[in-house]
Amino acid sequence: MKQSGNILFSGVGGQGILLASELTAYAQLEAGFDVKKSEVHGMAQRGGSVEAHLRYGERVYSPLIDPGTADILVAFEILEAARYLPYLHRDSAVVVNTQKILPPAVALGKMAYPDNILDELTDRGINVVAIDAFAVAKEVGELRTANVAMVGAMSNFLAVGPQAFLDVIDEKVKPAFREVNKKAFKAGRKLVYHN
Amino acid sequence: MAFDENDNKLWLSGNEAIALGAWEAGVTVASGYPGTPSTEIMGNLVKYDGVYGEWAPNEKVGLEVAIGASFAGVRAFATMKHVGLNVAADPLFTASYTGGRGGLVVLTADDPQMHSSQNEQDNRNYAFAAKLPMLEPSDPAEAKVMMRTAFELSERLDTPVLLRTTTRVAHVKGVVEKGERVATASASLEKMPAKFVMLPGNARMRRAEVENRMIAARELAETLPENRIEQGSGPRGFICAGTSYNYVKEAFPDAPVLKLGMVWPLPETMIRDFAASVEELIVVEELDPFLETHIRAMGIDCRGKDLIPDQGELNSFIVRKAVDPDSVGDIFAPLDLPMRPPNMCAGCPHRGIFYGLSRLKEVFVSGDIGCYTLGFLPPLSAMDSCVCMGASVTVAHGMSKALGEEGKGKVVAVLGDSTFMHSGMTGLLNTVYNESYATVIILDNRTTAMTGHQQNPASGKNIKGEPAHAVNLEKLCESLGVPRIVVVNPHEINETRKVLKEEIASPDPSVIISRAPCVLLPEMVKAKKPVYCTNLDNCSGCMACVRLGCPAISWHPLTPTQAVDRGYKKKQKGYAEIAEVQCNGCGQCAELCKFEAISKREEN
Repeated sequence: MKQSGNILFSGVGGQGILLASELTAYAQLEAGFDVKKSEVHGMAQRGGSVEAHLRYGERVYSPLIDPGTADILVAFEILEAARYLPYLHRDSAVVVNTQKILPPAVALGKMAYPDNILDELTDRGINVVAIDAFAVAKEVGELRTANVAMVGAMSNFLAVGPQAFLDVIDEKVKPAFREVNKKAFKAGRKLVYHN
Repeated sequence: MAFDENDNKLWLSGNEAIALGAWEAGVTVASGYPGTPSTEIMGNLVKYDGVYGEWAPNEKVGLEVAIGASFAGVRAFATMKHVGLNVAADPLFTASYTGGRGGLVVLTADDPQMHSSQNEQDNRNYAFAAKLPMLEPSDPAEAKVMMRTAFELSERLDTPVLLRTTTRVAHVKGVVEKGERVATASASLEKMPAKFVMLPGNARMRRAEVENRMIAARELAETLPENRIEQGSGPRGFICAGTSYNYVKEAFPDAPVLKLGMVWPLPETMIRDFAASVEELIVVEELDPFLETHIRAMGIDCRGKDLIPDQGELNSFIVRKAVDPDSVGDIFAPLDLPMRPPNMCAGCPHRGIFYGLSRLKEVFVSGDIGCYTLGFLPPLSAMDSCVCMGASVTVAHGMSKALGEEGKGKVVAVLGDSTFMHSGMTGLLNTVYNESYATVIILDNRTTAMTGHQQNPASGKNIKGEPAHAVNLEKLCESLGVPRIVVVNPHEINETRKVLKEEIASPDPSVIISRAPCVLLPEMVKAKKPVYCTNLDNCSGCMACVRLGCPAISWHPLTPTQAVDRGYKKKQKGYAEIAEVQCNGCGQCAELCKFEAISKREEN
């Protein structure tokens, strides 16, 4: 079992990144690791780029992932995967949701949304797994579970098994949303095996 | 195997841990004003039994409330962000003389990198200037423990104690061990005029006590467990505190480290001994060379800001690169991508006001601190200054005095309801009293939105969400003497523009209250309005709706051929489309559209 690691979550404010990183943190805690997670609140949350850094190991000091050391990037939007390239290394795995959210300059017609931007990652030898988390969420019947589907897909790259995540959902998610979130997690997890 | 149930271990943010630490330390009264990254402390503290906590209208009020509770003999706590301590500096510097009866701890949450702030001040300088002990934790677990230490120091040394956090402590989650609450003191009335009445004669006596106390604090710092030497090997030794300690431990895990939990006053003997034990002494700290300056003043040679950046946050990569550049490998260069700055939400009521202001090109918009500062960004680009809480009103007044006749009809101030309560109303009093023509727009969205929806004296609820008196803004402005007061619904975009023009042109002081609740308030989310949709056949590509800068509306450019293929005129440059999942149903765009291309979803 990998003894330490860095997981970076990125996306746009309001996409459910905090919950996704929270579930992952609890799963790592249950596996017996020390875990630190860093996030930013306030103005940064208003529709801008958001990120959460999660680090686990026997003893974690720094709450921040250094450039070039993210083992896994969970990106909730395509541009927000490409933006974090400086955090990646050649053996990083990137799980990216194929959603596009237009940044202001693009929505105003001043700039174009870059085409095939994920090629910039794969060209550097980085393992990129693109999934349609919204399709998964639609399939399980609750659009708001796209973030948990992303966690499911990402969980394939961690030593801690799926049960730890399912237990955390049982403990941390409101009863009314438990089953649908577990479904989304499982469907997301299966997606990567089938890719 | 729930993690939470193992050995009382919790997974908490620094702010949650500080709230727990305050409760365990027996805090009885707490007051503060919201400000990133400090806000969640008070919100969490009021969940514990036996603690009274409140949102004060500003930080000065909050600290004075805590001083009062301390004078009554109980442990008291005030919370604020770094710039909030500027507002509270007046009581802080004199509370340093009075001390208290119950322990008094003042939390300042600094924001290196300015994630959500207008400046990057280093509040360790306040500890030096106000002659107060300051503790600084490195992570949530330490933050909780240090709350207890801070109160013990406060009572032992008869002084307020500052606890400084930064974003990477306040908003970091880590494992924290839960403890028991200490026995709390009961409040009582006790008159101690020589200590509490700071007339010059008394203050001169207390002035000497301050110096005596700092001598005692300096001695105590030598043995305080929060200051410790971690043995190591190699020629370099590091002195660090707060989150910088974490970065040093990651970058140079084997090096000897002097970890300071108390950053003022400093343990001189400990530092001197440590310096003598290493070949090269390096001080690693974010922002100002605070420790470095005072260590150099002891006559101890060290390195510091000649290596370590003095702006922005650090991380272990930056520290490693600064100290040992050859040990750092190449990293991937960033790609050139469209930026994604924060933006006002879809359906935000502020947009209606800023859209109106954006059409008044001659007008100078004196802005303020809140979500609405985002009105600065394109395409609205309708803010011309932003200094500090409440400054919109006073800056506009000062401009009007400088410009005289020239500025009539050209100066307007914009601030939120909570900011108006904080320090806008004293400025408005001045505007009326000293006869200015500046128009003041109060964006009354019924909450303190930017920091995550805290209640305020105008919102009708207290910190726990219980009913509370709501100040009537119209009557308040009237009693301050404002002759013209108009209330508008900013979603009615044409009416709002009309009112803006009239009031800004008026030669008398005038207040526009823009009243519509924040679209993210839970009750607004629950009562979700019907969304708007685009009838693309009718879109003429005029871009009127696009100029609102709503994140739910995007522009799709077309070539002449594409335009014709879609059934548009050849010269139509593109079309606008609403992303219905993002729409919050404010209807501003529908009012602007002259071509019936935008309508409510239910009408289709």
